[in-house]
Amino acid sequence: MTVSPDEPEVVVRLTVNGAAETRSVSPRQHLADFLRDELGLTGTHVGCEHGVCGACTVLVDGDIVRSCLMLAVQADGAVVDTVEGLSDSGEIAVLQQTFLARNALQCGFCTPGMLVTAADLLRSVPEPTREEVREAISANYCRCTGYHAIVDAVMAAAHGTEQKP
Amino acid sequence: MKPTSFSYHRPGTLPEALALLSEYQGAARILAGGQSLMPLMAMRMARPERVIDINRIDDLKGIRDAGDTLTIGALTRYNDILRSPLIAAQMPLLAEAIGHVAHHAIRNRGTIGGSLALADPSAETPATCLALGARIVAQSTSREREIATDDFFDGLMSTALEEHEILVAVRIPKRPTALPHAFIEFARRKGDFAQAGIILAPAHDGMPENRAVIFGIGPTPWRSAALEAAFGGEGFAAAPKAALKDELNVYFADDEAAAFKLPIVMTLAQRAFARLKP
Repeated sequence: MTVSPDEPEVVVRLTVNGAAETRSVSPRQHLADFLRDELGLTGTHVGCEHGVCGACTVLVDGDIVRSCLMLAVQADGAVVDTVEGLSDSGEIAVLQQTFLARNALQCGFCTPGMLVTAADLLRSVPEPTREEVREAISANYCRCTGYHAIVDAVMAAAHGTEQKP
Repeated sequence: MKPTSFSYHRPGTLPEALALLSEYQGAARILAGGQSLMPLMAMRMARPERVIDINRIDDLKGIRDAGDTLTIGALTRYNDILRSPLIAAQMPLLAEAIGHVAHHAIRNRGTIGGSLALADPSAETPATCLALGARIVAQSTSREREIATDDFFDGLMSTALEEHEILVAVRIPKRPTALPHAFIEFARRKGDFAQAGIILAPAHDGMPENRAVIFGIGPTPWRSAALEAAFGGEGFAAAPKAALKDELNVYFADDEAAAFKLPIVMTLAQRAFARLKP
């Protein structure tokens, strides 16, 4: 990484998906690029890079955030969980199953952000209404599905109408 | 969509942050929640040489009951305000307004002080603080001063804050809990910036005048004389469409350009005044 003389790198120490990581980063690098380029966690997608599309949604200290609107250096000391972590832990296994069953993805670009957002909703509202699901995912753009299938999938996961994998 | 290079500072205390800001006056930007500044930097509309990240300054966080007012620290995040029992009990208008701010992920990071300091004309927080008769607390290395929100927003994303000042808190007069209010905005999608919004806040002991604020149209939110004249009496039934049109025309070249916004404002105003009725 090229760093200009007046832009020294900064050391960040953080926990990502349960593993302690230490890296030296440029201050201008946002957390999404850090996860993808430094840690190889390419499940976090970079779409609009200005906080609109939601594809880069991750959990920081248990709260969902736009990782493109947070500098990597700001995550120093934080606990970050990405779609890979939620997938490996099994937390989103049912969501993944219902997304597949309901055709809630086509190109898949928005899917990681949708899954993290849906998982966060189900943590606080285990049995949401369709309206609550729609409001939660209104923060995430999908250009393929028209959203109905995604709402169906989240509802199915929440209300147990799909067989667990 | 990457920010330009900058030097990064993360002071642990307010005096340190103020000293840095003073030292790098004009070249530094304060980074709070980053939900407005980071997009501006990504789009290269802001290219600070230095970023002073105030997120670790705990003194700037929290909501305090100060008798007649609530003092909200600048770094208090939207979701902290929404979860606050004090706000729910004493300042439901603010909670209702913040419920319209973007989305959950944004509200987890965005701060009340950042929104006020950025002064986006479509943002809910500046307009709501204006409607509540709030005062901005600005701190520099040498002094603290209060600025009425009426005098704070002086242009598109421009405020009365001086370059060496940090917005540290906002003080809002408590409202009697039984007092009605109205917050209403029109956006194409839940969480989007409003194309127009109206806030009505009737007078009380801590705020001697009825306030009606329109936002999402001009370069700043503004107190609408036309709407404030419609408080009490006959209410909005007697509302002056012509006067509202004149207010909007300040920001548009002609009637034709304003024609898109006027019906939205009229409709919102009718609904807002209807909400004030018991």
